[in-house]
Amino acid sequence: MANEFRKWQCIVCGWIYDEATGAPEEGIAPGTLWGDVPADWVCPDCGVGKDDFEMIEI
Amino acid sequence: MLPIVIVGTGLAGYNLVKELRKTDTSSQVIMLTQDDGRQYSKPMLSTGFSKGKDDTGLAMADAAAMAEQLNMEVRTHCRVESIDTSARVVHTSLGEIAYGKLVLALGAAPVLPPIAGKEHLQVINDLQDYARFHAAVQGKQKILILGAGLVGTEYAHDLASAGYQVTLVAPDQHLLSRLMPAPAGDAIAAALQTLGVSLHLGQAVTAVAKAGKGFAATLQDGSELQADVVLSAVGLKPRTELAMAAGIECGRAIKVNRLLQTNVQDVYALGDCAEVDGLNLLYVLPLMTCARTLAKTLAGTPSQVSYGVMPVMVKTPTLANVVCPVAADMQGEWQIEQSGSDIKARFIDINGQLQGYALTGACTAEKMALNGQMPPLLA
Repeated sequence: MANEFRKWQCIVCGWIYDEATGAPEEGIAPGTLWGDVPADWVCPDCGVGKDDFEMIEI
Repeated sequence: MLPIVIVGTGLAGYNLVKELRKTDTSSQVIMLTQDDGRQYSKPMLSTGFSKGKDDTGLAMADAAAMAEQLNMEVRTHCRVESIDTSARVVHTSLGEIAYGKLVLALGAAPVLPPIAGKEHLQVINDLQDYARFHAAVQGKQKILILGAGLVGTEYAHDLASAGYQVTLVAPDQHLLSRLMPAPAGDAIAAALQTLGVSLHLGQAVTAVAKAGKGFAATLQDGSELQADVVLSAVGLKPRTELAMAAGIECGRAIKVNRLLQTNVQDVYALGDCAEVDGLNLLYVLPLMTCARTLAKTLAGTPSQVSYGVMPVMVKTPTLANVVCPVAADMQGEWQIEQSGSDIKARFIDINGQLQGYALTGACTAEKMALNGQMPPLLA
């Protein structure tokens, strides 16, 4: 299971979203897949939308 | 129609055009940069060593690729010498360029401490600086960092994570003293120490001199530290010289209203070089807010900037943190709850209103709740 989780990185500021740990401080539960993060969600560090994230290899 | 001319291809400049092109695909845009115009993420510079990246690894696109992608022209190695606001022309090292609208996205320049031997200090404020520093530390071990602010702290963490022996010296009594109260700064200091960083706080470096293949730094108390490379991270100064010489009003930075207009018609500023309604915030969240807003204005829909709550994260992965800085002139006091390295510090003003916070470790989970209690920075 765990190895199915992926990481996504904001290309503007480098903030990393890890599906395994989620972002509890942003109200996103651990294990939330990137596709399930709300479409209007923005990067907590720089405010860009989901379109400006890209997946990084683990 | 005369072009939109943008001076500077940092985060502010490139993100402005990226936002502009979402709605306006046709306006002519010319960007000018004195460096090679490679696009990169500035916040990521201070995470490069732990990822094993050199400047090429951090660069995301070159100027030609950006020009193609955003349907514009990027003139690299082009230094702007002056602006003639009545003729609406910029004079550059590559000739004159007439503008319809001019955007200053000049950034801020590192300040060096006024000490003997300051010419030996390295700084990292852009990708070229990073390349220079990266080359300077190859095969070296000991790095001395001057400054305990966000930049000094992040590089200390990143370099120590990459295996360098890092020593950090600063006159501040605790780490990140302009952002957070002592217990939070101390918790981050402890996290740095677990990575082997040696801290000398309450001490300024008074001189740096060559010593063997490296350098010797003298501290206030007369003691001496040896280092292979010395990195200065003591502060930044918004670049205002060009604007001032052109008669554009400046305070700490280039003064703009909430439309990001200067006092001169059709001249705008954003990012680290701009003071928006009195606020000069050197962080990426306000910068991106301004890029989005100015893009709308340039596309023909005048739009005013508003700032909500603007939290800042200091990139010290060993100890998560988030801080909402308190305005310098704010009256009030910190209320601090602490359990080990988990700290919740709230700054309460004399009317009982939350005006800032610093959270570390598990307490970062309270960020959203506290954001909800904070007044917007620029309503």
